[in-house]
Amino acid sequence: MALSPLNQRRWRNFKANRRALWSLWLFALLFGLSLFAEVLANDKPLLVRYRGDFYTPFTTFYPETTFGGDFRTEAGYRDPEVQCLIVAAGNPACWDDPEAVKAEAEGGTVAGEPVQTGWILWPPIPYSYNTINDIGVAAPSPPDAQHLLGTDDTARDVLARVIYGFRLSVAFALIVTFFTSVIGIAAGAVQGYFGGLVDLLFQRVIELWGSTPSLYIIIIVGAIWQMNFWLLVGLMVLFGWTSLIGVVRAEFLRARNFEYVRAARALGVSNIVIMFRHVLPNAMVATLTFLPFIITGTIGSLAALDFLGFGLPSSSPSLGELTQQAKQNLQAPWLAFTAFFTFAIMLSLLVFIFEGVRDAFDPRKTFR
Amino acid sequence: MLDAGRRKLVEVRDLKMYFPIYSGLLRRHTGDVKAVDGVSFDIFEGETLGLVGESGCGKSTVGRALLRLYELTGGSVVIDGDDVAKLSPEALRQKRPTMQMVFQDPQASLNPRMTLAGIIGEPLDEHTSLTAPEKLARIYQLMDQVGLNRNFANRYPHEFSGGQRQRIGIARALALNPKFIVCDEPIAALDVSIQAQVVNLLEELQDRLGLTYLFISHDLSMVRHIADRVAVMYLGQIAELSPRDELYAQPLHPYAIALLSAVPEPDPSREGARQRIILQGDVPSPANPPKGCNFSTRCPQVQAICHRLQPDLIEVAPLRFVACHFVQPQQAQPAGSTGGTEATEPTQQGVNA
Repeated sequence: MALSPLNQRRWRNFKANRRALWSLWLFALLFGLSLFAEVLANDKPLLVRYRGDFYTPFTTFYPETTFGGDFRTEAGYRDPEVQCLIVAAGNPACWDDPEAVKAEAEGGTVAGEPVQTGWILWPPIPYSYNTINDIGVAAPSPPDAQHLLGTDDTARDVLARVIYGFRLSVAFALIVTFFTSVIGIAAGAVQGYFGGLVDLLFQRVIELWGSTPSLYIIIIVGAIWQMNFWLLVGLMVLFGWTSLIGVVRAEFLRARNFEYVRAARALGVSNIVIMFRHVLPNAMVATLTFLPFIITGTIGSLAALDFLGFGLPSSSPSLGELTQQAKQNLQAPWLAFTAFFTFAIMLSLLVFIFEGVRDAFDPRKTFR
Repeated sequence: MLDAGRRKLVEVRDLKMYFPIYSGLLRRHTGDVKAVDGVSFDIFEGETLGLVGESGCGKSTVGRALLRLYELTGGSVVIDGDDVAKLSPEALRQKRPTMQMVFQDPQASLNPRMTLAGIIGEPLDEHTSLTAPEKLARIYQLMDQVGLNRNFANRYPHEFSGGQRQRIGIARALALNPKFIVCDEPIAALDVSIQAQVVNLLEELQDRLGLTYLFISHDLSMVRHIADRVAVMYLGQIAELSPRDELYAQPLHPYAIALLSAVPEPDPSREGARQRIILQGDVPSPANPPKGCNFSTRCPQVQAICHRLQPDLIEVAPLRFVACHFVQPQQAQPAGSTGGTEATEPTQQGVNA
C-alpha cells in the first residue's frame, strides 16, 4: 500500500519525534505480546506428548480419560496425578504416589517396566488470570520465584492478571473509541454539513443525552444483568458518542462553505459523497487530536468502574480491580506498585504516541 | 452581433435572493439582506453577458443563484427550457451537466487533497459511466483543451501556479460538455499577465465549443474585452443592461456613467480630459435599502420622485435597458442631460420596502 505524499510527510514527521517513535514500538511490542496472553500465561500446557501423540490443551478440551484418568471432565493439568499420568503413559501407579512414579517415568521405566515417556510443555507463566494457586501462605503472598509479582487476595498470580488486564484495557479502549468515533463523526458531520434546523434540534438532543447520569445507568443495568465485556462496551459507546460531535460539527460548519465544496455541489455531486470525499479528510486532523483523550479517558473510566465494583465481574482480569485490592491490602504494597506502574507506563506510552501523531498531522508545525 | 431570432438560453425573471437576519435571544427573523432583489435578464445562446458592479452589489450571488447553489427566495431561472429554481433534487442533478461554474479563487475551489486527474475526473464519475481508460482519455483531452501538460495529471493543486489552477477549474467545468458556464470573477485572483491568458482561453473555448458565458467581474476593461452585452448592477438590482459598445461609448444610467468614468484611459493625451465622477457617500446596506430608487442616496441627478418610486428596468432604445426615471424611451439621452424633465410614472414592479 503506497502512502500519498501527504501521508509520507506525516510519517516522516512522526519519525522525527524519537520519543513518540520509541513509545510506538514499545507499545506495539507490549500489546502484541499481550495479544498472545494465552501462550504467555496459562494454566493449561501448550503441548502435551502422551503415548506418542501430541495434544494442545490450551486450545482444545481433553477429558481426563484421554490420559488414562477416571473423570470425563477436563484434565486438571496442574494436578500431580494428571502430570504423572501424562509422563508415565497412563500408568495406574500414579494414583498412589504421583511424585515418585513421575520421577521414575522420566527415566524411562515404571516399577522396572519400560514405558513410553511423555512430556508437558508449559507456558512461561504457568498460571492464567483466574487460576487460584496453592501458595501455602496467606494470600496475598509477596513476589517470589513462582509468582514474580506476587499473588492477589484470592491467590491469583498478579503478573498473569496484569498481562490479561493490559490486553483487556487496551482492547476495550480501542473498541469503544472506534465505535464512539464512527458514530460521533457521522452525527457531527450531518449536523455541521446540513446546519440550520437539523443542527439546532440535534444539538438539543445531545444536550439532553449528555446530561443523562451514565454512571447510574451502568449501575442499574449492571444490577439487572450480569455485566460483561460487550455490555459495558455498549454502555460506554451509548454515552460516549457525543464527545467528538463538537469538533467534527465545527469543522464541517467551516468546511461546508469552502469554495471547492461549492464547486462539487455545482458539479452535482451528492451530499454524502461531498461529505466523505471533500469535507471529512479536512475534518480528520482536528478529530485525530481528540482521539488520544478518548482512548486514555476510556481506559480511566474502565479502571474507575472496576475500582468501584460496577465494572466487569471480579473474575475478569481487571487493572481497576487490582487497584481496589491494593487499597484494601495496604500491607501488600506489590499490588499497589504493580497497578500504579502498569497504568503509568500504559497511559504514558499512549500519550507520547498520540502527541507525536498530533504533531505529525499539524500542517503548521515544521520539523527538521 | 445580436439578432432577435437568437435563442434565449437563460431567462432570469425577477430573481430574488434574501439572506435572513436573526437576532435577539429567540433568534427571531428580524430582516433580510437583500443581496439580489428582483433581477431579470436573458442570455442568448453563444453570447457572453458581462455582469459588473462594485463589491457587495450581489453579482456573485446572481451567479450562484443561477446554478441554484442557493435556494432562491423568489423568481425563476429558466436554463435551456427548465426552471432551475423549481427542479427536484434528482432532476437538478440531471440538469447539472448543462450548466457549470468557474470559480473566483482557483486555489480555494480545488480540493487540496485530490490530484489534477481526480479533480477533473470528478464530474465524469458523477454523471457518466466511463471505463477507467475512457475516463483517462477524456481527462487528457480536457487537459489538452485548456493547455495543461499531460504529465501533470497526478500532481496536486498546490504544485501549480495560479493561472494553471484556473485552467484546471475551467477543465473541470468543461468536462461534461456544458452549454452555459457562469464565470464568477475567474480572473480576479490572478496576476494581470495571467489574466489575459485565461480570458483568451475562455474566448477560444467559446468559439470552439459554442459556449454561453455569464462573466461576472469588477474589471471593466476585461468585461469590455470579452462581453457582448453588459449588465451593471447596483445594490442587488440591475441599473443598466446594454450592448457592450453602446454602454462603453455612452452609458445612460447615472450609476453606469459614474462607474465607467473610473475606467482608466490608456491614451495619455486623452487621459487628462477624462472626467471622473466621484460618488458621495457609501453604498447603503442591502439589509436596509433606500426607499424608491436604490441609487437615490448617491445619485448626482437625484430628484424628489427618486425617493418615492422605484424605477423599472425598461427598454429605452433597441436592446438598451435602463432603470432610471429620467432615462425614458423617447429621449434616450444620458440622465445628466435630461435635466428635471417630468417623467411619466412607470408601472410599479413591486416596491420592496
